Amino acid sequence: MKLWVVFWCTMRQMVNQVQSPKMFIQELDFYYGSVRALSSISIGILERQVTALIGPSGCGKTTFLRCLNRMNDTIPNTRLEGKVYLDGEDIYHPSVDVVDLRQRIGMVFQKPNPFPQSVFDNVAFGPRVLGLTREREELDAIVERSLQRAALWEEVKDHLNTDAMELSLGEQQRLCIARVLAVEPEVILMDEPTSALDPIATMQIEGLMRDLSERYTIVVVTHNMQQAARVSDKTGLFWLGELVEFNDTAMIFTRPKEQRTEAYITGRVG
Amino acid sequence: MSHSLWTTFDREFAQIQESLLQMGLMVDQAIALSLESLQNRDHALAKQVIDDDEEINAIRFKIEDACLALIATQQPAASDLRSVVAVITIVINMERMADHAAGIAKTVILMGDEPLLKPLIDIPRMVRLAQEMLGEVLQAFVDNDADTAQAIADRDDEMDHLYQAIFEELLEIMADKPDSIERATYLLWCAHNLERIGDRVTNIAERVIFVSTGDMRELNV
Ligand SMILES: Nc1ncnc2c1ncn2[C@@H]1O[C@H](COP(=O)(O)OP(=O)(O)OP(=O)(O)O)[C@@H](O)[C@H]1O
Ligand SMILES: [Mg+2]
Repeated sequence: MKLWVVFWCTMRQMVNQVQSPKMFIQELDFYYGSVRALSSISIGILERQVTALIGPSGCGKTTFLRCLNRMNDTIPNTRLEGKVYLDGEDIYHPSVDVVDLRQRIGMVFQKPNPFPQSVFDNVAFGPRVLGLTREREELDAIVERSLQRAALWEEVKDHLNTDAMELSLGEQQRLCIARVLAVEPEVILMDEPTSALDPIATMQIEGLMRDLSERYTIVVVTHNMQQAARVSDKTGLFWLGELVEFNDTAMIFTRPKEQRTEAYITGRVG
Repeated sequence: MSHSLWTTFDREFAQIQESLLQMGLMVDQAIALSLESLQNRDHALAKQVIDDDEEINAIRFKIEDACLALIATQQPAASDLRSVVAVITIVINMERMADHAAGIAKTVILMGDEPLLKPLIDIPRMVRLAQEMLGEVLQAFVDNDADTAQAIADRDDEMDHLYQAIFEELLEIMADKPDSIERATYLLWCAHNLERIGDRVTNIAERVIFVSTGDMRELNV
């Protein structure tokens, strides 16, 4: 091997090792009333990587994801212990502006949920609400860039005034992704983003996740283990509110360390 | 939580394993018959060993095909994935073992009707050892037994010693009686084929350990 290649690889490895996580979750507990849904979750989410969370139904994946942008705040009678850091700052600190936080950490849901408005207005919604711009030209540019990044531009550029509800489900989901991108988030949370989609639309969203991870940090919850294997860099397995194993995706799917991971990903859970 | 669920993967993998064991028996038979053809200078039998090799090649491809289909349809992960990939490596190694048995048979034909240079003592030992090792390593695979697989690698040392002993003995004879060189070389080829069979078994043992522990390492280096 050429010397500079060795040098470059070594440097890269060093950079990877010292890279501090974009988000860091420390000893997180979450309660619905007196029922503990998450116990002592600690995990680092690396910048510009796709982190996949898998696990049986009811194990707390969604609850965990919603803790990451304080979506659970709105549910009465819940309690959170532990810390969630974004770029080293505690997102549950009283001084944090939640609207500001949710702009930095966007969310895409299981069912595409566009507003019953035009394609353009859907994407322009966030920038308008947040007052990101008053200039029409600038707004046009934001909408176009967001649709481009969501791989939807070519399909809709000639009908930006169409009602979003007329798009196919796969297009609607990409529109929802564009809507999140329009406010320039840093982290994108996705909760089973393809479970309502057909295989082709699923593949498109998966490809999109990969592309987006060059620019954004992505955390995706999925029931589809092959999807986790295909799209993610890191995979975490949740089980009854605990994080059983968290490792490089390739390791999880070829040589998991924990018996429960092995049982889950080989489908031998009874 | 129970680990006893019988998945589609399990069902199909059980069939692949059965074919694998069947192929093991065929290879075992080829090794045994190659020795018999050598001992009895039986050209017809030697030819049969060479012809039967085709069947072994065919079953290898059949098993590989089944593994590909299993990967494509069931998308196995973790130890399931390691097992399927191991089967592919195992059948490749077993097919080569059969090639070595055929190599012995070809040598028997080349030897013509010339009398053997010396009575066969260590070569039958190597054959027995090879058969035992093959049987044990396949059992270890089925049982997912890394310890037994590790022990098999040690038995390959025995194989190497036997080969070394034959090599030295034949070298002496050749130095003594230069007109024996050709016949000595034939026997050396036979022993060499058996020594290679031992190496193939060791390759399989490495796979068994990988399936069971996730450790990829070379035994007997
Ligand atoms: N709003 C709520 N109030 C009370 N309990 C809840 C609430 N939401 C979730 N839970 C409970 O918390 C636990 C974790 O649920 P969560 O939705 O996080 O699981 P999940 O892993 O996302 O499951 P799924 O794969 O089915 O989406 C479950 O036992 C669930 O019943
Ligand atoms: Mg959920």
